[in-house]
Amino acid sequence: MLTILMLIPLLGSIAVFALPAARETLAKQIALGISIVTACGAVFLTTRLSGLGGGFAVTEKHDWIPAFGISWSLGIDGISGVLIVMATLLVPLVIIAGWNDVEKIGRGTVKGFFSLILILEVFMIGVFAATDLFLFYVFFEAMLVPVYFLIGRFGGPQRAYAAMKFLLYSLVGGLFMLASLIGLYVVSERQLGKGTFDFSALANMNIDPATQKVLFLGFFFAFAIKAPMVPFHTWLPDAAAESTPGTSTLLVGVLDKVGTFGMIRILLPIFPEASKYYTPIIIILAVISIFYGALLAIGQTDMMRLIAFSSVSHFGFIVMGIFAMTSQSMSGATFYMVNHGFSTGALFLVVGFLVSRRGSKKIEDFGGVSKVAPVLAGVFLISGLSSLALPGMSSFVSEFLVLLGTFSVYKDVAIIATFGIVLAAFYILWMYQRTMTGVPSTEVTETVTEITKRELAAIVPILAVIIGLGIFPQVALKVINPTVNQIQTHVGLFDPVASTTPSESGS
Amino acid sequence: MTAALIGLPLFGAATLLLGGRRTNAWGHFFAVAMSASSFFVGIFLFIQMLGRSGEERAVGQYLFDWISVGRFHVPFGLHIDQLSMVFVLLITGVGTLIHVYSIGYMEHDPNRRRFFAYLNLFVAAMLLLVLADNYLLLYVGWEGVGLASYLLISFYQHKPSAAAAGKKAFIVNRVGDVGLSIAVMLMFVTFGTVTFEGVAAGAPQAAPSHVTWIGLALLLAACGKSAQFPLQSWLLDAMEGPTPVSALIHAATMVTAGVYLITRAHAIFDLSSTARTAVVTIGAITLLLGAFIGTAKDDIKKGLAGSTMSQIGYMILAAGLGPAGYVFAIFHLLTHGLFKAGLFLGAGSVMHGMNDDVNMRHYGALRTAMKITYATFGLGYLAIIGVPPFSGFWSKDEIIHAAFGQNIYIGLATLLGAGVTAFYMTRMMAMTFFGEARWEKGIHPHESPATMTAPMLILALGSAFGGLLLVFVGDIEGWLEPIVGIGHSDHAVSNTILIPVTLLVVLVGAGYGWMTYGRRPVPVVAPENVSLLTRAARADAYGDALNEAVFMRPGQYLTRALVWFDSKAIDGTIGGLSAAIGGLSARGRKLQNGYARSYALTMLGGAVLIAFVLLLVRL
Repeated sequence: MLTILMLIPLLGSIAVFALPAARETLAKQIALGISIVTACGAVFLTTRLSGLGGGFAVTEKHDWIPAFGISWSLGIDGISGVLIVMATLLVPLVIIAGWNDVEKIGRGTVKGFFSLILILEVFMIGVFAATDLFLFYVFFEAMLVPVYFLIGRFGGPQRAYAAMKFLLYSLVGGLFMLASLIGLYVVSERQLGKGTFDFSALANMNIDPATQKVLFLGFFFAFAIKAPMVPFHTWLPDAAAESTPGTSTLLVGVLDKVGTFGMIRILLPIFPEASKYYTPIIIILAVISIFYGALLAIGQTDMMRLIAFSSVSHFGFIVMGIFAMTSQSMSGATFYMVNHGFSTGALFLVVGFLVSRRGSKKIEDFGGVSKVAPVLAGVFLISGLSSLALPGMSSFVSEFLVLLGTFSVYKDVAIIATFGIVLAAFYILWMYQRTMTGVPSTEVTETVTEITKRELAAIVPILAVIIGLGIFPQVALKVINPTVNQIQTHVGLFDPVASTTPSESGS
Repeated sequence: MTAALIGLPLFGAATLLLGGRRTNAWGHFFAVAMSASSFFVGIFLFIQMLGRSGEERAVGQYLFDWISVGRFHVPFGLHIDQLSMVFVLLITGVGTLIHVYSIGYMEHDPNRRRFFAYLNLFVAAMLLLVLADNYLLLYVGWEGVGLASYLLISFYQHKPSAAAAGKKAFIVNRVGDVGLSIAVMLMFVTFGTVTFEGVAAGAPQAAPSHVTWIGLALLLAACGKSAQFPLQSWLLDAMEGPTPVSALIHAATMVTAGVYLITRAHAIFDLSSTARTAVVTIGAITLLLGAFIGTAKDDIKKGLAGSTMSQIGYMILAAGLGPAGYVFAIFHLLTHGLFKAGLFLGAGSVMHGMNDDVNMRHYGALRTAMKITYATFGLGYLAIIGVPPFSGFWSKDEIIHAAFGQNIYIGLATLLGAGVTAFYMTRMMAMTFFGEARWEKGIHPHESPATMTAPMLILALGSAFGGLLLVFVGDIEGWLEPIVGIGHSDHAVSNTILIPVTLLVVLVGAGYGWMTYGRRPVPVVAPENVSLLTRAARADAYGDALNEAVFMRPGQYLTRALVWFDSKAIDGTIGGLSAAIGGLSARGRKLQNGYARSYALTMLGGAVLIAFVLLLVRL
């Protein structure tokens, strides 16, 4: 089933690429149609997860390189399921939002752009769905290729530098992961008699703690670059600022999640002892990321970079939640990954709308937009409020769960991290104040027009999901919780019990 | 039914915001209708509640499971009891009056539809705040009203000062929200639940230190929302919003949410004398600070804002007295809601007649030009300074009485506050309605239209008789007793002594105000050569200067330094490192040709090498 889900965008990508270059509209339409079908398929597949108790659903396994125990194994659990749904829902919206981007840039071909996006979608599904670690690694590296070209071909003035920087950082991380992966294979060969890359088999091994601590680092390094955590983050602002908004959305909203996904789905189950051993230092790094990212976001003059740095801060919350290892913090972190994809995606897209009008990403080139384009300003505000985790929106639920779960084991850390919400309000509302309020300059009045129907079609579904999941977060949490519980049990940890249990407690 | 209270105004807001320009023509009437329907539903529920006896009046409405992870379960549940009912009636009642008033006030504003949408949104959020049955859902309402407040303060978005004020209000409130977050998290680890019921039931068994910390965290939250020291600075700036907003949100309802929170969490405060002392102290400081600021403001709205801070200080102080004070905190909250909303609407009416000028030095002698405004403002004046039998007298006197029962210094603070209040309110009356006309050229003050004066008249009636009604007909003490309990301290000063003393202090304050501002001409330009104290009061007691020096400026430096550090140190180090490695390999193997595939191949080679070494060494 999952192979078919990946084949749909793959075939779509080939079809789009095979079109004559002049059939631009058809290329876009095919890409959009394919991505919608894929999204529906992904939603359908996650419904199969209900009642499974957190394990893998829609699994499949075919031998690939039997000599090394490598197989084409796919499957989704609660964590990868919601991430795949998030990713595949974003793709059609990104396509709609970037409908005219290529013509605007004046470089590259339309069909090239959209077939790259569909190829990227294939790998995004693959990386989350792979249950063979070698396959995971393959997708992890393969994703770099379409993104490299999306940035390098269709990006801004500094695109070559940004694309190379992105590639180098990712490759360095991947290299360490590969080293650890080979190490892991050797360990499995010694313990199981036959080497394997199968996720479940590896997770069920008892690796001696000293070995765990070494192998852990290779994976963690790769994931920390991808996520990105301070101090491995500097590739992100460049990449996000130079990409088209749609690429940035997928890059920060989905690809970066592979880092945090890897932490919760690979590091914790396979290296439980090492994960616990490194927890203090990782949590400290996470808290540093929260504040460092937020302060850097405050200091930015470029909107795209601002959003990129805000994401560094958000990833700090996610990593903190994962390594606090309570059910609330881990479910919250997973839900945070989903919500961050939507809220940051919304911000990138809206800023993209602004940039395409005014031809500048600089905050100072705007001002007074709410006067000339009130709906656009309103959409921008809602996206921003989602980023600052306003209660009532989905991001609040996840951020609060992360803080709550962390608080139940590390009070001091959580209290410090909670102050991050003040900084988030600051960088978002200050950006809004500088770009949207005030009296519009002549340039703004002349260039910034009201949001179009196409743009609304791209952004409204995202906002609807953000608000919908804010009121009904259980829709996602019900899927996530069982898998998180399984991981928690596997690691051998339990939630702390309340210090007072009232006899007649309400529900 | 309870959900309908929230649903109606929420529907109104959604219709107006999503409906866009199509709703321009009738949107404001629709918003008024939604707010009014919510009020009628409130009345209906109130009558129903009256039909039940004291202990059975609380009704819950479970809607669905909101969040459920591990042991953390939060229902989307509503709860209406005597305490929330009082708020429901205040919010929807005063809210509807202010909706009506705004029809006239915002008549010529091109963004009137948006204004009414935000007002509806506010009413919905505020109702959620007081109807939630757990602290996390309360949080949603809590920041929801913050959002509405933000939107409405910065409603005149073209004005940079308004946009800045809105942002400031939101951010300062967020500092308070940190307190609420921490409180909710502490509740969960202590009690395993965050419902009002569960927390109240568990509090007696919990570790005292936890209870105290929860109380202090809640106090921080209350300080943010209710503009209490040290988070008071946003409220004065919030006067940038349209005046009906100042009346509804920044006087009558939202800013009193902190009082609601403390009263709602009385099970916590009842058990921690440390937390209560902190609450009383904050209340006492703020009531004096606000009154002090009020004495030197020439901007009529800022004067009233200082007064609001001060009056909420009274409420917070009362709430900090424990069972001896909760009822009076809520009582004063109600009477204040009526008279302060009336005063603000009066101020708005004056501004309407004076071409939106807020400087009282340009007013004077308006009592003849705006008779209704004068009369209604006058009644509000009598109510706030506490002249019997007007409403403020009943509630404020009870607080002063209870404060003396607690501690002589606290009592004296409330007494002093009453005197200063009489002074600055008399100053305001004198500068606005008496003396000679100091109107700017081309200003022709006129009475406001009926949509504006009618709500003012109703609120004036409330200012006049609200206190009497609540004491003798409503039996506010008996009404709230099942929820918060009633306690009386033994060593209280008798009211037979206290009331005359209080009235004397009020008389002195008012007399001094009249002598200074009523009997002498008021300079049109504020005198420069004034005492240090006046300067301090004009500068909001240097609250902003302090924030600027302690947070904003160091924050700016830190941010700038970090931006530099990030691009030079972090990015530079890693960039330099890779350049060095690249340089080495270039010399050695001439591979630095800029092609991605060469890098990739080199790295793959490196990876395999490292893996090999790892295997040799460790495994």
